[in-house]
Amino acid sequence: MDELLQQLVNGFSNGAVYASLALSLVLVYRASGLLNFAQGEMAMVATYGAWELTERDIPVAVAIAIAMAGSFVFGALIERLLIRPVGDAETHALPLTIVTIGGFITLNAFAQWRWGTAVRSFPPLFGNGKITVAGAIITHQVIGTVASLLVVVGLLFLLFQKTKLGLAIRSVSSNVESSRLVGVPVGVVLMVSWGIAAAIGALAGGLVAGNQDLSPFMMQFILVSVFASATLGGFDSPLGAVVGGLLVGVFEVLIGRYVGIVGTDLALGATFVLILGVLVVRPQGLFGTAKVRRV
Amino acid sequence: MGGGALALLENRWVRLGAWLVAALLIAVIPQSFEDPDLQIFNYALASAVAAIGLNLLTGFNGQISVGHGAFFGIGAYTTGILVADHGWPHLATFVPAALLCFVIGMAVGLPALRIHGAYLALVTLAMATVFPQLILRYESVTGGGSGLAVPKWNPPDSVDLSREQFHFYLFALVTVAAYLLVRNLIHSRMGRAIIAVRDDETAATVLGIDAAKVKVMTFGLSAALAGIGGCLFAVAFRSLSPTLFGILLSIELLVAVVVGGSATLAGPIIGALFLEWSPEVIDAGDGQVSQILFGVLLIALMRVAPGGLLGGAKRLLVRAMPPPALEPPDDDEPAASAAPPPDTVEGP
Repeated sequence: MDELLQQLVNGFSNGAVYASLALSLVLVYRASGLLNFAQGEMAMVATYGAWELTERDIPVAVAIAIAMAGSFVFGALIERLLIRPVGDAETHALPLTIVTIGGFITLNAFAQWRWGTAVRSFPPLFGNGKITVAGAIITHQVIGTVASLLVVVGLLFLLFQKTKLGLAIRSVSSNVESSRLVGVPVGVVLMVSWGIAAAIGALAGGLVAGNQDLSPFMMQFILVSVFASATLGGFDSPLGAVVGGLLVGVFEVLIGRYVGIVGTDLALGATFVLILGVLVVRPQGLFGTAKVRRV
Repeated sequence: MGGGALALLENRWVRLGAWLVAALLIAVIPQSFEDPDLQIFNYALASAVAAIGLNLLTGFNGQISVGHGAFFGIGAYTTGILVADHGWPHLATFVPAALLCFVIGMAVGLPALRIHGAYLALVTLAMATVFPQLILRYESVTGGGSGLAVPKWNPPDSVDLSREQFHFYLFALVTVAAYLLVRNLIHSRMGRAIIAVRDDETAATVLGIDAAKVKVMTFGLSAALAGIGGCLFAVAFRSLSPTLFGILLSIELLVAVVVGGSATLAGPIIGALFLEWSPEVIDAGDGQVSQILFGVLLIALMRVAPGGLLGGAKRLLVRAMPPPALEPPDDDEPAASAAPPPDTVEGP
């Protein structure tokens, strides 16, 4: 029982990280209609930026906040300078995908070149403390990770539902042409969406690095799980990203631990089978909206 | 006659000329490059066959796959296991490899009937992720992490060629065969159905095309070609290990297709050559700096030529030689527009 509880805690901890990065993917997908393969690497570079600041004795919370602000600008610039000039996702899906793959390669190689391939320790945002609940050890970092996710989701909800900017973002993701006609500054909305996505990614990066270590490859290990989370939840649903992330995190841990024939090495594969099953019934994911086409 | 650049590309003499140039290159390359460089060409041709297959699916049929590395791996391991452990001749292994990939490809194509776009990309990405794990898991058959050595395929004694030269001619032959297969398929009734399903599945269905059958068949055929590319790779590389066939390979194949020019016939071959040669050409002295330059090059290339190298070249040619103005109508109206914009044209 204790052990099951511990596994669940671990699953939730992984899942919260998947969920944050999946949120980034979903925000970009809603804005530009493409899968950003570089999202994880953008977060990784931002985390190295935060690490540089902590090395200069800046508190880790401040460092991550600065990295998030920097990422916001960086994300917005990427949208404006690299993505938009190529074309829209309807007609240019493949070239856009290659641009994000190019970004992935560039950022990863840059991090290796600038900071080396050795792993570095990154100060945990929520300290090294831990509490014990019913025999399961829960670190403050885990509690903080889940809490951060909840705060991010809450803020996004307020942004989307209660502000004019949020309304504009929702309107663009629903119909670009009509939004433009009613005077929504579509370009600004796209840049802001990419900026928010990158900022959330930077936070996720700081949390991952605090849980494990900082390395140029830290995001590649989890990227596939993050994609799986976004798919399970539905690419156009922020709520879906969160639920999908937590489900994938918990399912991976449990099936790896308790289903002998699967084991940890094929846990991700088993998760995919589950997702495939969900997709066959609901091709748009759990919370995604099905595209209705006018013929 | 006139007709601008596109008519020029359709001209049979121009086409014959292109074939002659290709034949000349195939004849000359093995004589002009040393074995290590020739080996890079051989890897490129192996990738080219797989990219031709992926292009059939992604370019012509509009189904994105980020998992063709797995089919490449299945082909490579089929050849490796049958030759190393069961003493098959290399060439004979291509048949079961292609059949196996065809069947598995059709099986993967089945969920693709309901799952589209980014969701389909994930299903295929899953395949690319799981394949190396399966190789590790079934170590007794595959050699697992310590790898599988593929016996050499030496040229017959009657032929006076080095092994690499022999492989090059053989691989070029397979590549040309794959090219012709896809070209003839695309120009057939089935090929028009494949493209119609990409452009508008509903409209294609209304026209009486069995979209499900077309999509599943295309997936299978595409996978079979990727598998044959893998067979060639096994012959050329001779040492198989699971890390070679991870997600990165699947992404590279997709890059080869798009960089060369998706939904063009020769594009994947050009893309594969580009991909294998760019690490040699872009050499900044520091591996990571070279990688940075390669990534920037990809981004820049998509900016200036979203249609890939071949698509971009075609556009330049069309711009240099615009198609002639349409015949003015009989009445006194001035001829309004001179031909449609060339960008929308998708030629061979």
